[in-house]
Amino acid sequence: MTGQRATGNGESRREFLRTSALAGAGLVVGFRFTSRAEAQEISTAAADFAPNAYIRIAADGTITLFADHVELGQGITTALPMILADELDADWDTVRLERLQDDPSAWPRPIRTVGSQSVRGSWMSLRNAAGVVRESLALAAAKEWNVDRVSVRTEKGFAIHGASNRRIGYGELTGAAAEIVKGDVGFSLKEPAEFTIIGTKRARADIPAKVNGRAQFGLDVRVPGMLVATVIRPPVIGGKVKSFDPAPAKAVDGVKEVVEFENGVAVLANDTWSALKGRKALVVEWDDGANVALSSAGLRQQYTTLMGSAANVAATRGDPEALLRSSAASITADYELPFAAHATMEPMNCTAHVRADGCEVWASTQGPTGVQQTVAQLLGIPQKSVTVHVMMVGGGFGRKSNNDPVIDAVRLSKIVNAPVKVMWTREDDMQHDRYRPFGLHKLRGAVDASGIPVAWTHRIVSLHALSAGDTMGGASDLPYGIPNFRADYVTPPASVPVQPWRSVGHSQNGFVTESFLDELAVAGKKDPVELRRALLANAQARDAARYAGVLELAVSKSSWGKPMPAGQGRGIAVHAMTGSYVAQIAEVSVVNNSIRVNKVVCAVDCGIVINPDTLASQVEGAIIYGLTCALKNEITVTGGRIDQDNFNTYPMLRINEAPHVEVYTVASTESPGGMGEPGVPPIAAAVGNAVFAATGKRLRKLPFRLV
Amino acid sequence: MASFSLTVNGKRETVDVSPDTPLLWVLRDTLGLTGTKYGCGIGQCSACAVHMDGEPTRSCRTPISAAANKRVTTIEGLSPAKMNTLQQAWIDEQVPQCGYCQSGQIMAAAALLARKPSPTDADIDDAMSPHICRCGTYQRIRSAMHRAAGGARAEAGQ
Repeated sequence: MTGQRATGNGESRREFLRTSALAGAGLVVGFRFTSRAEAQEISTAAADFAPNAYIRIAADGTITLFADHVELGQGITTALPMILADELDADWDTVRLERLQDDPSAWPRPIRTVGSQSVRGSWMSLRNAAGVVRESLALAAAKEWNVDRVSVRTEKGFAIHGASNRRIGYGELTGAAAEIVKGDVGFSLKEPAEFTIIGTKRARADIPAKVNGRAQFGLDVRVPGMLVATVIRPPVIGGKVKSFDPAPAKAVDGVKEVVEFENGVAVLANDTWSALKGRKALVVEWDDGANVALSSAGLRQQYTTLMGSAANVAATRGDPEALLRSSAASITADYELPFAAHATMEPMNCTAHVRADGCEVWASTQGPTGVQQTVAQLLGIPQKSVTVHVMMVGGGFGRKSNNDPVIDAVRLSKIVNAPVKVMWTREDDMQHDRYRPFGLHKLRGAVDASGIPVAWTHRIVSLHALSAGDTMGGASDLPYGIPNFRADYVTPPASVPVQPWRSVGHSQNGFVTESFLDELAVAGKKDPVELRRALLANAQARDAARYAGVLELAVSKSSWGKPMPAGQGRGIAVHAMTGSYVAQIAEVSVVNNSIRVNKVVCAVDCGIVINPDTLASQVEGAIIYGLTCALKNEITVTGGRIDQDNFNTYPMLRINEAPHVEVYTVASTESPGGMGEPGVPPIAAAVGNAVFAATGKRLRKLPFRLV
Repeated sequence: MASFSLTVNGKRETVDVSPDTPLLWVLRDTLGLTGTKYGCGIGQCSACAVHMDGEPTRSCRTPISAAANKRVTTIEGLSPAKMNTLQQAWIDEQVPQCGYCQSGQIMAAAALLARKPSPTDADIDDAMSPHICRCGTYQRIRSAMHRAAGGARAEAGQ
C-alpha cells in the first residue's frame, strides 16, 4: 500500500482505538468489535470506550490479534487474522489469532459466536484498526528516514522507501509508531482490488491439532481433584424428583457422591465409567408434573386449531385475499416440520470449580460472556470473579450458546466443594436438548392467466426459538415481485423447550417457501428457473439482482433443463440470510421410494470472500446438515418424553449417502456476509423439488417419506 | 477392580480398573489420552475408534478385559514424530471443521489404507460409513483418503 492516499478522507482514530498496556513489548492497540454487522458505525464515546480486542506487534515483528471469537470449525481463527494481515500489509506467516487472556477483569466483552456474525461483524472494525496501525508504522518510518510519508509504502511487514532502496521491519518501528498512534492519524482503507491475502486460500490454523488428537475440547478437560458427574434428569418435561435411593449407586466402585439438586440427581465419581455405572444402578422415582399428556400428535392437533385463529402480521402488501378469491388458479398447501435436535458430536459438558474467592469454568461454548454472566448470577458474585476458559467446541450449531451444563457443573461443584466435570451422555444430549421448533405452515397462492404468481400468504404456527422476527426470517422477506402478499404467525403455548438451530427460522422457511414456489410454478405451467427469473426481474427488493446472480450461476454450472432418466429429477431453491445469497440445484434418484441425493451444485454470493476454501467447506457442511434434517431427523414427544435418544433412533447422514457438492461463488466487492448458516435453508426445498420432478409426488412434511 | 496389561502406542501399560470398563474410558481417564472421543456410547458414531492389533475397533464397546494383552494404537500414536501421509492429506484437504470426530475417522482411514493401499469409493464407503461427522466433511474425507493413497503409491515408486 502506498502513501498516496494516506492523507485522504479516512477516519479519525480516536473514536474506536486506544493504545494499551497489554502485557508484552512492542506496539499494542485496543479496539472494539461491534456486536452486530449492522452497527458498523462506531459510536462509543472515547471516555467510556472499552476495547474488546487488541492488535500487538512485537519487537520481533510477529503480529497477534487477541479476540474473543470462538472457533467452531468455521475457520474464524484464520479468517480474522487474514483480514488484519491484509489491511496491515503484514507478512501472512507472522500473523496469528490468540484468545484474549482469561483475565476476567477485562470483561465483559459481549461477543457471542452465533448468527454467522464473526466475519461480517468484524469486517469494518478490524480493518479500521489495522488501517490506523499501518498508517502509524508508515509515518514512523518516514520520520526515521526523514522523508515524505507519500514516498513510503508498506508491504509484507516492512515499510519501504523505494527511492533510497531502504526497508525497515514493522517490529523495529513499534516504539515510534506507539507514539504516533496516540495522535489523530488519518488513513484510508484498501480497495478490494488491492487485497493480497483476502480471497486467497489459506490453511486453517485450527486444523493441525485436530488431526493428531491434541485439540482440547470441553470434554477433554482434566483438573486435579476433579470429580466426573452424570446427571439423571426428569424424563418428562417439567418433572421433578420424587424420591431416590442413593445406596446402590454409592456401592459402585469409584462413586463418591450421589446428590439431588435443582436439575435432577447427580452421580459423582472419580472417573467417567464409575459415574455412568453408578447412574445405571440408581433408581429415581419421578413426579412427572403437568406434561404427562404432552405428545407430538396433541401438538399437531393444537397447532392445526391455532392455524385458524387470529395471527400477528409480520409483512403485508396489496390485497392477497381478494386475489386468492378471484384468481382462476389458486392453491393451498400445508407444510409440517418436526422438532429437531442439534446433536453436536461433542455432547454438552462443562467443568467448574467454585472456590471461596470465585469460580473457574472450562466450557465448550459459543458465548463465553454469557457463561460468565450465568455463573455470576447463579453464585451471587461479581462477574469479574468468574474466570472462563474457552475450550475447543465440538460442534455448535446454536446449541452451545446455551448454558444448561454450566449450571449443572457450578451447582454441583458448590455442593461437593471440588472441581466437577459434568458430561451429558448422548442420551441426555438428545432428550434434554432445546430443539428447533415443531411448526405448521399454511401457504396459499394464486397465479394469473400467464402463470405468474400474483398473491401469496404464509401463516406459521410455531414457538419462537429466538424471537418472532427470527421465526419469520426468510418468510416475511421473500425477494420475489408478488404484489399481494402477507406473512403472519400464531404463537402457541410453550411446551417443548426450543432454541436456535443452525439458520433458525430460515432453516424451516427456506424449505417451505421455495417448495411452495415450485408448486406455483406447476400451477402456472412455468419452468421453476424461468419463474424465479421473472419474479426477480419484477422484484422491489434492492438485492433482487444478487438473488438473480446466484440463480444464474447455479443454472450455468448445472445441467438444468437437460433430460434425466426415469426416476431421477433436478430441483432448485434460492435463499438469502445474513447478507449472503445461495442457490442450490439438487439431482436425486428415487429407487423403491428411497431418496438418494447424487449431486448438489451450489452458487453463493456472500460479498467479498475471505478464505474461499473455508467458504466451500462451510457450504458443503451446511448442505449435509440440512439434508440430514430433510431426510432423517425427527424428534417426537410421547407422554411428555422425547422418544429418540441416540443415533440409532435419530440417525445421521453418512459418507455413503453424501452427495457430491460443488460450490461456486459470485465475484463481488460488497461487504462480507455471514456463511456459517446460509447453506442450510435451500437444500430441503431443492431436494423436495427434485423428488417432485422425478416422481410427481410433492413432499410437504419433514423428514421426507415417500410412503 | 482388576489389573490389566496392554500395549498402548508402543508402550506397555498396566491399569487397575473394573473389568467392564470400556477401553475408551481407560484411554481417556486412566491414561490421559483424550484424542479418542466419546460420541454415543453405543457403537453408532465411531468417534471412539482405535486400532486393536491393527483392526479398527470401537473403544466404547470394548471392555478392558477384551483389550488385555492387545496392541492398541490411538490417534496420538498413529505417527508420534510427525504427521504421517494420511494426517498430512487431512491437512492438505482441510478436512476437519469442529474436529471432534476426526480422530476416529483418521484411525478408520488408516486401517483401510493399511489393508487396501488403493481403495475405491466403494471401499471408502464400506470402511467409513460407521462414522458420523455432524459438520458434514464427508466429501473431504473421501478426497483426503484418495490423496493419501496416491501419495503412498508415489512414495513406493508405483
